[in-house]
Amino acid sequence: MKNIFIRPIALLLLLILPYGLSAEGGEDNAQHGEKKEGLNVGELIAHHTSDSHDYVIEIPFFHYTLHLPVILWTDKGLSVFSSGKFQGDNEGKVVVTDKKGNKFVKIHEVIYYADKVKDNPHPNVFDYDSRPLDFSFTRNALAILFVFILLLLIIHFTKKAYENRYKLPKGIAGFIEPIILFIRDEVAIPNIGPKKYEKYMPYLLSVFFFILLSNLIGLIPFAPFGHNITGNIVVTFVLALFTFILTTVGGTKHYWKHIFNPPVPHAIKPIMIPVEILGMFIKPFALMVRLFANMFAGHTILISLVALIFIFGTVLFAPVSGAFYVFMGFIKILVAFLQAYVFTILSALFIGLAVEDHEEHEEHEHQPA
Amino acid sequence: MSLTSPETLVFWMTLFFLIFAYLLTKMGWKPILNAVKEREKSIEQAVLEAEKVREEMAKLKADNEKLLKQAREERENILKEARELKNKILAEAKTEAEKMRNEELAKTKKLIAAEREAAVKDIQNQVAEISLEIAEKVIGEQFSDKAKQIAYIKKNLSELKLN
Repeated sequence: MKNIFIRPIALLLLLILPYGLSAEGGEDNAQHGEKKEGLNVGELIAHHTSDSHDYVIEIPFFHYTLHLPVILWTDKGLSVFSSGKFQGDNEGKVVVTDKKGNKFVKIHEVIYYADKVKDNPHPNVFDYDSRPLDFSFTRNALAILFVFILLLLIIHFTKKAYENRYKLPKGIAGFIEPIILFIRDEVAIPNIGPKKYEKYMPYLLSVFFFILLSNLIGLIPFAPFGHNITGNIVVTFVLALFTFILTTVGGTKHYWKHIFNPPVPHAIKPIMIPVEILGMFIKPFALMVRLFANMFAGHTILISLVALIFIFGTVLFAPVSGAFYVFMGFIKILVAFLQAYVFTILSALFIGLAVEDHEEHEEHEHQPA
Repeated sequence: MSLTSPETLVFWMTLFFLIFAYLLTKMGWKPILNAVKEREKSIEQAVLEAEKVREEMAKLKADNEKLLKQAREERENILKEARELKNKILAEAKTEAEKMRNEELAKTKKLIAAEREAAVKDIQNQVAEISLEIAEKVIGEQFSDKAKQIAYIKKNLSELKLN
């Protein structure tokens, strides 16, 4: 009896911890004998939060698996075929042969050359010798496209409100415009400065709305929503990479001087210069991890709460799970806005640090005195 | 999340982000930001203009008041001047009248004096004549009665006194 209560709570606590655990979660939980409960929660979470070559549409009374195209760059060139050929296999058991004679297997949503992983049931994703480059149009790629198209539609209808110059924004523009103005007046101008902010506004707005919309779409638990986009570290990596590129390209002389010749006593310079150079990379790295960890943890908690019902094995637990789910859902809505805001304001801050003119900066500091 | 091949999403995310950031900028952010900026500018301009108009109105009002005050002052001045003129005319008329009266008086006095003189002369002449007559009569009666003569003279003299 005691075990029944402690085990799920311990499991829940473990699942809230960063993703490394759940990546291996399937095996861990299997070893602990979760399988006899009829549900492998770790695997469930991993399945729901990671990218996939198939898009399983699950809504009540409707179950359909959309097989997305697999696009591979192999040793013999481009290879394109439907992911349906793997027949939903993720254990490396189904071998697919393409027109050029390449043989592939899929293990945990990663496609390897069949002959190279024959002896190795747990191949490394980063072992590029054992697998082709994978540019498949995966579930998350579809989700990203979906988010962008939705965003483009929203912005298109927002723009329509401005065709009459002097009319106040109505409808969707009444919701979007305050956000745009907030990003301009509270994020871009204070951090980048009134002279250069305009150049970076499109980037900041695109990033903010993409993250916000992705976060919110991730909260709706049925198709065509419910994708874990911003909870995927590769997506946040690309976003952080753009910020990094903007800071590096836009960096002024003063910014580079501050990194390679920081204004500190000479004795400390050998320490400070590596720290400053590291800082260049740590800033976007922090952006990447913060957004990813927040969103991934949120998804994990939500799925875990639902999974608790099955772990307890009684429908009587459903109201408790449901109450917690709703509570967490509200927090996640807050987090969706918050994380979009945090990513945007930190991007603006890093860009601002890189592009601001020092003389101008000093002037601003002296003005109030 | 189990990590799948990272290049997949790096490729698609970069591709979609670049394409859609461009489209959003062209179709959305730029026009919206420009429209908002233009609206803000027009509002600012309208506010400034309203302020200017208000200032002008205040100035106009002040001008009007000044004009009104001036008009009032002028009216007062005119009235004062009129009053002064009236007084002056009155005073002049008075002095003129007095002068005329005085002249008339002096003329009359002169006339009276002249008449009197003439009268006195006349009386003198008459006295002389009468005296002559009396003397004639006295001489004529001298011989008849001395007492009568004296009474007669007395009588004539008393008559003379009346003149």
